[in-house]
Amino acid sequence: MDFKSQNRREFMQLMGMGVGGVVFASGLGGLSGCASSRPKPEGDDDFYFVQLSDTHWGFKGPPNPQADVTLKNTVGLVNSLKRQPDFIVFTGDLTHTTDDDNERRKRMAEFTQIVSGLNVKNLRFMAGEHDAALDAGKAYQEFFGQLHYTFDHKGIHFIVLDNVSDPGASIGEAQLSWLKSDLQKLDVEQPIIVLTHRPLFALYPSWDWTTKDGDAAIALLQNYRNVTVFYGHIHQENHQMTGRIAHHSAKSLIFPLPAPGSVPKRAPVPWDPAHPNQGLGYRGVDAQPRRDLRIEEFAIG
Amino acid sequence: MFSPGTAIALALLLTSFPAPAADQAPSPSSNERVIKVTAKRFEYSPSVITVKLNVPVVLELTTLDRVHGFEVPDLKLQAEIKPGEVSRVRFIPDKIGTFAFHCNIFCGSGHEDMAGQIVVTN
Repeated sequence: MDFKSQNRREFMQLMGMGVGGVVFASGLGGLSGCASSRPKPEGDDDFYFVQLSDTHWGFKGPPNPQADVTLKNTVGLVNSLKRQPDFIVFTGDLTHTTDDDNERRKRMAEFTQIVSGLNVKNLRFMAGEHDAALDAGKAYQEFFGQLHYTFDHKGIHFIVLDNVSDPGASIGEAQLSWLKSDLQKLDVEQPIIVLTHRPLFALYPSWDWTTKDGDAAIALLQNYRNVTVFYGHIHQENHQMTGRIAHHSAKSLIFPLPAPGSVPKRAPVPWDPAHPNQGLGYRGVDAQPRRDLRIEEFAIG
Repeated sequence: MFSPGTAIALALLLTSFPAPAADQAPSPSSNERVIKVTAKRFEYSPSVITVKLNVPVVLELTTLDRVHGFEVPDLKLQAEIKPGEVSRVRFIPDKIGTFAFHCNIFCGSGHEDMAGQIVVTN
């Protein structure tokens, strides 16, 4: 498998524009040029969803002195999208980790209260290691439910994989067996979107940007022709292929991290008071089961 | 067919030298350079480990607080460091360079900073 990083142009050339392909667009907070500002396309199966990632509610520190308002502002931005999504996915690290179980629950309660301000009420959550690794997902499940699950929406099968509640970043045999059973029910042409927190492939192992047994999940998914993975964890956009599976990481809503291996340490990109939200953002996905996915990247501004 | 004595001796051998998990590996031999490394949230000491090319090394890893990991992806080395145990990682440096290591078991806020380097020199 080729894990070489690709910029958008290279990625589009690699993907082609056939079924399962991706069209990229960028926008600022739902302004012009984006699907969200256009009328809803024709077709019963067309739909739009939003990906928010790595909100790290409870974080305090120099990489984002405005951490107490970034998520709240984002709720307002998503509510202002002209084309409202059918649902919103949160790809992990909803809260920033803490050793204090009571504080963890307090942060999860506050997070829940803030996102309840979203106009869209169909919210799909998944855990990040900051939410779930220190207590094997106990508090997370109290607030948000199962760590791995599936749902179907207008012809697309969504699979949420947990690669964080094991602090060693494994999916684990039991969940892989569950994934295999779930996939066995599907036709090889079934459009599938996988949602997870960490990259399933070895994006940059020296920074622990990988999943220990992610190759096993990829091997199972590789049998299907229309698979796309959306994930978080690395606090930046990244677009790569493993075989015919496309992997897209999302920007964070707390602080950006440097490009894989671009600097000696994976420390947050320093906060710039002149551009306080630089590198932060969220994603919209215009999905049609038998057509290209259209990905829009929104900056927070 | 083993005699009863042979069977007992074989059982003792297996007990003394179990599968080569890092935390159960046998003690270092005289030709290995031993380097003790301690882990605690969120640092290793030393964080820069300098070794010589082609000189066998055994890292003796211990933790002062909780479970940590130790992984050097470019050298394909890894270990789990458990409280109260010594995890030994053996290798013979066969290329000059600087190789990053990190904790690969999430250990809290600051986990992402828990990293270091192995420097292989002539």
